[in-house]
Amino acid sequence: MAEHKINTPLTDEILDKLKAGDTLFITGTIYTARDAAHKKLVDALDSGEGLPFDIKGQILYYVGPSPAKPGQVIGSAGPTTSGRMDSYTPRLLDEGLKGMIGKGLRGKDVVDSMVKNGAIYMAAVGGAAALISKRIARAEAIAYEDLGPEAVRKLEVKDFPVIVVIDKDGNDLYSIGRKEYENRLHEATG
Amino acid sequence: MRTISADEITKKVRQLCMDASYDLSPDVENALKSAMKKEISPTGKEILRQILENSEIARKESMPMCQDTGFSVFFVDIGEDAHVDGNISEAINKGVSQGYKEGYLRKSVLKDPVQGGNTGDNTPAIIYYDFVPGDKIKIVALPKGGGSENMSAIRMGKPADGAEGVIDFVVQKVSEAGPNPCPPIVVGVGIGGTFERCAMMAKKSLLRPLGEPNPDPFYADMEKTIMEKVNNLGIGPQGLGGITTCLGVSILAHPRHIASFPMAVNIECHAHRHKEIVI
Repeated sequence: MAEHKINTPLTDEILDKLKAGDTLFITGTIYTARDAAHKKLVDALDSGEGLPFDIKGQILYYVGPSPAKPGQVIGSAGPTTSGRMDSYTPRLLDEGLKGMIGKGLRGKDVVDSMVKNGAIYMAAVGGAAALISKRIARAEAIAYEDLGPEAVRKLEVKDFPVIVVIDKDGNDLYSIGRKEYENRLHEATG
Repeated sequence: MRTISADEITKKVRQLCMDASYDLSPDVENALKSAMKKEISPTGKEILRQILENSEIARKESMPMCQDTGFSVFFVDIGEDAHVDGNISEAINKGVSQGYKEGYLRKSVLKDPVQGGNTGDNTPAIIYYDFVPGDKIKIVALPKGGGSENMSAIRMGKPADGAEGVIDFVVQKVSEAGPNPCPPIVVGVGIGGTFERCAMMAKKSLLRPLGEPNPDPFYADMEKTIMEKVNNLGIGPQGLGGITTCLGVSILAHPRHIASFPMAVNIECHAHRHKEIVI
């Protein structure tokens, strides 16, 4: 379980190094999108209109921040549950999306598509939203502003802390980590 | 008869909404601190450390611990000798509206469940009323985030299921939820009553402070059993593996129909936001 400092966009060279369980500190641009924005992104692809930003090599962060107070770059901004984005994700991976930050389980279709496209899934600590907001240096809504907290935002992040949960080979820390401690607990209690 | 002003209720509710979002409750903070000491997974320990650091930042800077500042749920005990000089539900909703707007809390409520459209001020609140002796009004705010609420469940079981059936059901639901509800979680359980009462009790059971055992020794035992089984799942902080999956289990039971055996589980994330005031 290594620690890496990485810069966006994600290249194959970076992605090759990252394994499930690694801690990452991300610097650079990432984009936010959650439920309603995902629907719009996929609709935009279906209609031929195209995405509002170039998604190749990019990272999507599943977040709907709380409003910024005067003087703040962004309000509290922790991850939301990723599984709700599952039905849209393979389509975006096929377009060149290389990383996703959220929390919680991903479906088999998503993992298969990640392996096929060489992408990774990362978790930020759910509920550590005030702490996470301190690593966001700039935030700008770039699409679907009518969606309020669900608008697509371009974020500039500095040493944004995440853990690789699913790597490009499909190894999943949620099942590996849980199994490890379940076994240990069973041994301990006989 | 004592008269309580609706304006005062609004003012207090406005503050409650903000406090619940900014200020981690002492019972939860203590439970997280002791979990951090015990956790054997290095990743799990680090996550618990970050959660506690996050709560300090939120408190100091008056900003929400979590961006999902929840659906506003209130449990209100109205003293039989208390009289409000206005509409209490309106007063509470006005407090929510002010608290969410002026406190920079996220507005997460849609006007229509199917057709959408944000209400813009996080109203309407979900409010439950009870009438109790006395001339005071107690208001407990329990803002509920979507991630943990979504992992909740109800089952209309069979009387033959018994205690074991309830324990298995709860552990199974927590196991299926895995990392999604932001563990370490708090588990609320309702047993008995009717379909809707059972679900409501699962939520209401969460009002009991963490670490305070069930006053009924039978249910205190059951809570202990569920807690052990859940913590043995290995889910751990944020579901990345560890021995801290659950900070507490709370059961509320109610008389049931001879043919029915409803059981419900309502899951809370590690923030377990709850604040109360007595007017």
